[in-house]
Amino acid sequence: MEKDIDRTGIRLGMWLFLYSEIILFGGLFLLYAVYFHEYPKNFAEGGKALDRIIGSVNTVILLLSSFTVAASITAIRRRSKKLAIFLITFSILCGCLFLVNKYVEWGTKIHHDIFPNSATLQNGPPGTNIFFGLYYVITGLHGLHVIVGMTLLAVSLVFVINGRVNEDRFSMLENSGLYWHLVDMIWIFVFPLFYLVL
Amino acid sequence: MKQEERPEPDDPHVMGYGKLFAIIAALLVLTCITVAVSYVNLGFYNVPIALLIATAKSSLVLLFFMHMKYEGTAIKVSFLSTIAFLCIMISFTFWDVAFR
Amino acid sequence: MTKQQSFYETPSPPGLRGIWAWLLTRDHKRLALMYLWAILLWFSLAMVLGLLMRIELMWPGRTIMGPETYNAMFTLHGVIMIFLVVIPAIPAVFGNFFLPIQIGADDVFFPRLNLLSWYLYMLGGVFAIISLFSGKGFPDTGWTFYVPFSVSTNTNVSLTVSAAFILGMSSMLTGLNFITTVHRMRAKGMGWMQIPLFTWSLYATAWVQLLATPVIGITLILVILERLLSIGLFEPDKGGDPLLYQHLFWLYSHPAVYIMILPGMGVVSEIIPIFSRKSIFGYKAIVYSSLAIAIAGSLVWAHHMFTSGISDVSIFVFSLLTYLVAIPSAVKVFSWISTMYKGSIQMTPPLFLALAFIYLFSVGGLTGLLLGAAGTNVYVHDTQFVVSHFHFTMFGGTGFAFFAALHFWWPKMFGVMYNMKRAYIASILITIGFIFHFIPMMILGLMGMPRRYFDYLPQYATGNFLAGFGAFIIVAGVALMFTNLLLSFRVRQEAPADPWGGTTLEWTIPSPPPLHNFIATPEVKDFPYDFRQVSDHYNTMNPKEQE
Repeated sequence: MEKDIDRTGIRLGMWLFLYSEIILFGGLFLLYAVYFHEYPKNFAEGGKALDRIIGSVNTVILLLSSFTVAASITAIRRRSKKLAIFLITFSILCGCLFLVNKYVEWGTKIHHDIFPNSATLQNGPPGTNIFFGLYYVITGLHGLHVIVGMTLLAVSLVFVINGRVNEDRFSMLENSGLYWHLVDMIWIFVFPLFYLVL
Repeated sequence: MKQEERPEPDDPHVMGYGKLFAIIAALLVLTCITVAVSYVNLGFYNVPIALLIATAKSSLVLLFFMHMKYEGTAIKVSFLSTIAFLCIMISFTFWDVAFR
Repeated sequence: MTKQQSFYETPSPPGLRGIWAWLLTRDHKRLALMYLWAILLWFSLAMVLGLLMRIELMWPGRTIMGPETYNAMFTLHGVIMIFLVVIPAIPAVFGNFFLPIQIGADDVFFPRLNLLSWYLYMLGGVFAIISLFSGKGFPDTGWTFYVPFSVSTNTNVSLTVSAAFILGMSSMLTGLNFITTVHRMRAKGMGWMQIPLFTWSLYATAWVQLLATPVIGITLILVILERLLSIGLFEPDKGGDPLLYQHLFWLYSHPAVYIMILPGMGVVSEIIPIFSRKSIFGYKAIVYSSLAIAIAGSLVWAHHMFTSGISDVSIFVFSLLTYLVAIPSAVKVFSWISTMYKGSIQMTPPLFLALAFIYLFSVGGLTGLLLGAAGTNVYVHDTQFVVSHFHFTMFGGTGFAFFAALHFWWPKMFGVMYNMKRAYIASILITIGFIFHFIPMMILGLMGMPRRYFDYLPQYATGNFLAGFGAFIIVAGVALMFTNLLLSFRVRQEAPADPWGGTTLEWTIPSPPPLHNFIATPEVKDFPYDFRQVSDHYNTMNPKEQE
């Protein structure tokens, strides 16, 4: 009893899920907006304390991986399975690299006694505490989404290899791709908000 | 009985590699610009510029990588509604925060 | 129509037997029934908690419990009623069962996701129970989990908050499923203006579920993070702003009251025309007012915070916007009343409950206006008046709509008819008990009795005693109602496919429905409430109680 696959419907469902993700981060952006309004100076100083280079590198990494994911769908639809496998693997590796960078970045900050409830932040100006509080929450939640995205891509990769994702049925890959792009899109906003303020 | 055949633009559009290359190039250029601008101190204007560039970048991702350009009205309208709701969330909170 | 096997005999996916045919099912009808039993259980539990609180309040001073227990009681009552009963009640039970049928589909779009939603719902419930018996006991924060108390109290807040988060996920995924189903699975010929009003109301609700629920998700995550890491995002001495918690909380929780009431309005919009034997008045007006409520309801959240210290400008703006929501609600009430005007009204238990809904919900709505006005709000804020107001909307509104839906669709879901007489007695008992319970509370509130206290001054004694008396009547009525419904399985008076003479698609199929809902391709009418095509049998005479 094979049913026709309603790809548009599956995609609609995925988009609806993505909306909820957007609003989830939206709550945090709301906090950011209000606190930025309250403590513009501390936020600017906090932004300068973050490593702009690592931030930019991570942006480029995510953009590239987004590109390869988009290209992998084209590859699958044009029946070049090998290319698709390569592109998805590349994307997953990009995700790993992103997380490694994040790890190094957080590590350095924590080493300098900047983490939630640390003495430096407790005794420093309240705006700075809020800036780094938000920094950890937002990038942390984003990092979690990167991990979920990588998992989805990995599952898609397995499906591509064993042929369950092919030129006729590729909703799994397409939806994982959509998720990955969303993670990228959120980073596109997180990057200027934290690394480039003023 | 299953799935009514409602004519729907079920995107036959496969993004060409060339087009995807063009998009990623544009995205990288925009990233360079936004980083470069951040080194110039424009005072308050740094923020809107950075956000404007971010919006442009995410629009590119959205329209082409995520195929939004080729989706039907349902997805387009609902996406815009989501963004509208997000804007309301943030802006209406400022009725309070900005006037305290 | 040939005799068909009902979905009770044909498990989906096939081959499952016994309990597994239920626990692993992807059939939207079985899932709906699983939700039903769970919700009835939770409802009974929370109702007993409410009764215990009422007993405590019947006499001044300590009666049966101390202040700490009382605080945990009202939190538990609130959390269960809101997250486990009122929000999922109508969408998860009747939405799951009838939304696909009303649009002529054989299931929801993502059946497996539907099963996942049910498991998330149960998991959330299990978390709530565990938090009751582990750690330092159930939270005493109230269901709102306001900071800073929720961050500093050493009761089991984190676990309860996780429960609420999981329940939110479940509700959101149900919404996602419904939207996709309505968009993609409507039968041939069913355009947007042929969709029955119940489904329309669920569609509007689903959007609110989808877009508002993530806000509570992130808010609850932040509470947990604050408890674990004390970041200070809501703590004034660390630069945070506790009011922002309230903003985020009500950004979800105000739209959530429309998640609760919109499906109830949908149920009433189905019941009123059928028992007036008359097409619904203002179909489009009701559709658009559903959407308008969903939209306007998202713009008014800060009216819960008038006395919290928000700016005067925002009090003005949000008070004004709050009044806007009254308009679409009034449009609906007007349409229902106009539908009944000059109809040949045929009294049945569902209609009785729907009428009680209209009356009680109107009182709830009108007292809402009093609360929405900034001036009077300052006077009655945090008094029993508020508690009474939202019970009028949530219990008098959604609760009664849920009971009405139970009686309306019971014969369709189970293929058996309940005893009408007992159903009437139960409904009347609940209504009388309700009025005895909540009108005194409203007066107490105006006299100045605050909410959330286990004791009170002597001048409030009479009102509290009466309210307690009303509570007993409600519980008796509900017990009778449930017993009566359950007895219908013993008596087994078979219900026909269309006991009421309905016009929407669910009445064209056997009771209980077959596995794939429709035996033949469903025929969609140009207008879902066209009574000319229903057989004259129903239009001219009472169906003689199916005896």
